[in-house]
Amino acid sequence: MESLAATSTKQKKPKAKKEILSGADAVIRILQEENVETIFGYPGGAIMPVYDAMYDHGDTIDHILARHEQGAIHAAQGYARASGKVGVCLATSGPGATNLITGIADAQIDSTPLVCITGQVPSALLGSDAFQECDVLGISMPVTKWNFQITRAEEIPTALAKAFYLARSGRPGPVVIDITKDAQFEKFDFKYEKCTSIRSYVPKPKLNHAKVAEAAELINNAERPYILFGQGVILANAEKEFKQFIEKTGIPSAWTIMGLSALETDHPLNVGMLGMHGNYGPNLLTNECDVLIAIGMRFDDRVTGNLSKYAKQAKVIHLEIDPSEIDKNVPADIPVLGDAKESLTELIKLVNPNSHEKWLQRFRDCDKLEWEKVIEEELYPTTDILSMGEVIRIINEKTNDDHILVTDVGQHQMVACRYTKFSRSKSNITSGGLGTMGFGLPAGIGAALGAPDRTVVAVVGDGGLQMTLQELATIYQTKAKLKVLLLNNEFLGMVRQWQQLFFEKRYSSTELINPDFQQLAKGFYIPTAKVTERENLEKAIEEFINYDGAYFLEVMVGKENNVFPMVPSGSGVAEIRLE
Amino acid sequence: MYFLWSQVARELQKFDWSDLMETEKQEFTITAYTENHVGLLHRITIIFTKRKINIESLTTSESETEGIHRFTIAVTETEEQVIKVVKQIEKQVEVLKADYYTKKEVVQQELALYKISTKSLTNGLEVERIVREHNARFLTIEKHFVVIEKSGYRRETKALFDELKPFGINEFVRSGRIAVSRERDGIGKDVERMLAGTEA
Repeated sequence: MESLAATSTKQKKPKAKKEILSGADAVIRILQEENVETIFGYPGGAIMPVYDAMYDHGDTIDHILARHEQGAIHAAQGYARASGKVGVCLATSGPGATNLITGIADAQIDSTPLVCITGQVPSALLGSDAFQECDVLGISMPVTKWNFQITRAEEIPTALAKAFYLARSGRPGPVVIDITKDAQFEKFDFKYEKCTSIRSYVPKPKLNHAKVAEAAELINNAERPYILFGQGVILANAEKEFKQFIEKTGIPSAWTIMGLSALETDHPLNVGMLGMHGNYGPNLLTNECDVLIAIGMRFDDRVTGNLSKYAKQAKVIHLEIDPSEIDKNVPADIPVLGDAKESLTELIKLVNPNSHEKWLQRFRDCDKLEWEKVIEEELYPTTDILSMGEVIRIINEKTNDDHILVTDVGQHQMVACRYTKFSRSKSNITSGGLGTMGFGLPAGIGAALGAPDRTVVAVVGDGGLQMTLQELATIYQTKAKLKVLLLNNEFLGMVRQWQQLFFEKRYSSTELINPDFQQLAKGFYIPTAKVTERENLEKAIEEFINYDGAYFLEVMVGKENNVFPMVPSGSGVAEIRLE
Repeated sequence: MYFLWSQVARELQKFDWSDLMETEKQEFTITAYTENHVGLLHRITIIFTKRKINIESLTTSESETEGIHRFTIAVTETEEQVIKVVKQIEKQVEVLKADYYTKKEVVQQELALYKISTKSLTNGLEVERIVREHNARFLTIEKHFVVIEKSGYRRETKALFDELKPFGINEFVRSGRIAVSRERDGIGKDVERMLAGTEA
């Protein structure tokens, strides 16, 4: 093992001041140096020295005690995405660390910056199958941007500096630092310098101006250009540049689920959401555009459907920070590697002012059809059965389209993402890539703590809620002002929908015989209400939103409602069905 | 027209996902210049495991640049897949550069050792003749066994194996492929530039 220091270049000379600290004290000191104010975790044997060191620093570091490590890490993810900061998570060795894995995988696929610090058995016991020993490095390697095991206290500053730098730079992602217990106790000469570069790592590819010029020329000559934008716009803080770019060129723009809120919903050039349950026009017209401009998105299979039937007629321009995403799923005619903010800034200078009124009208025509066939009935149902869409519509009204939406995974996620209106960025927190049920409630807690001045609504289903239900206790303990909206259809709705459509209504293990959620919420001392009739809905939502503190609202919605439109799995995007 | 979801379901069942994959596989050599770090080998092999690609051989060694290690990985795959894998390898924090080569683009060698009994050597000149004809050499001659060494392409070490087989091979081992590119400035130059901080 070469020394860590040798691989980090350009670090400034350490300050002269000498200080003897334990490894555990150093961890806390570094969190302070990195301006970490809130961390999420769960104590246990192998991480106890760090918890002990934290005991004296409650004034600067707020530790959120979750009820399960999975809850802690999803909360850290919600915090990171609402605040734009690095989420920090602490857990013990063995089961503590393995319980983090789902969240780490989720953060990896959704590019969320996290630093996870796990305790490890003393270095002398490594490999001996000691109590609560687990190969955390090995098990987390496929789902981390970087990971490292520390066995000597003196490695802590360099490793943690790298961890924070790697988590937040370039395409962000989760980093795991595993620290043996003896290294936490060991005393050493502490000094800390933030990491600003690593010689083997290129966070942002240097912008190729020739490619930008090629892209501009293609855009300037396009008749039906079409923009697909994703979370890359948000992660690069490029919302302003993005808006300037589309307003100058007049190009219709559709967001991916991870790109939600990068532009306001009501912007005239925002044509809606892509994907299996996205809007009709954005999917259908993908196969009619002549130039497809992808910005900070990765052509997930839920967005493209069957690749052999995807945008074959179009020239593709791909603005992307991660070279491995270029040509991964959809070949790019003009790849523009780089940070979205830098790429767009240069591109804006070279594109001609334009408008595409006739082309945009096509999207509006599709919207009209989708409104008639799907949306109107979903938002204003004509039957007595409550729909998920009408609940989301009323929430929009009560928050003036200005809340943070956190969702779990399933039908409610699709409905909430389709119908929630966004007016500012970083307002959508959802498990997009991994589709992690159980994400919503804890991520909501993290978001409420990461954006304390905002109204945070966690929309969850009755399935996902029961996967991390215990985190209701975290709400009570932290007094996080999270609004939990349970859309209860007494089914694992999305799976049931597929069973109905593709498996001849054989509802195998999807009906849920549920507990009394009202009693449960009460048990966790959270104010609660339940709505079963439309006449009570609006008033209940008003109370839910305006209440100063956490609130649990349960709405009984149609048991067998389906989410439409839908691009059946394996079909092309143009084969999107409205019913 | 009434739309039948069950029809979609049936069509999907018929859908052959393998159509999406290019079928023509060939031999490639992947080279990566890396830091010398614990766990990096695992991180790189995961990329192959994830896509269910078999690694035919893998060699790590020092490179021409001090402190920088070099991975040489042999696979038989479609070029499309190899390109994706190389990008994923280069994405790893501790990898400086990675690239791939077809058979024609590299000079490659493998090393093979053959252990046979000394008795087969004393029963005539046949083994000695074979060894000479194959440009192999005796590494050691002990009382009970001899070890023959042969470097070359896979087919060459295999040919010697086939000829020695009738004499009884007690042990055989072949190293992973090592290869250098035929380019004037391989990615080693890029690595140098990267280390000097002058690279894009």
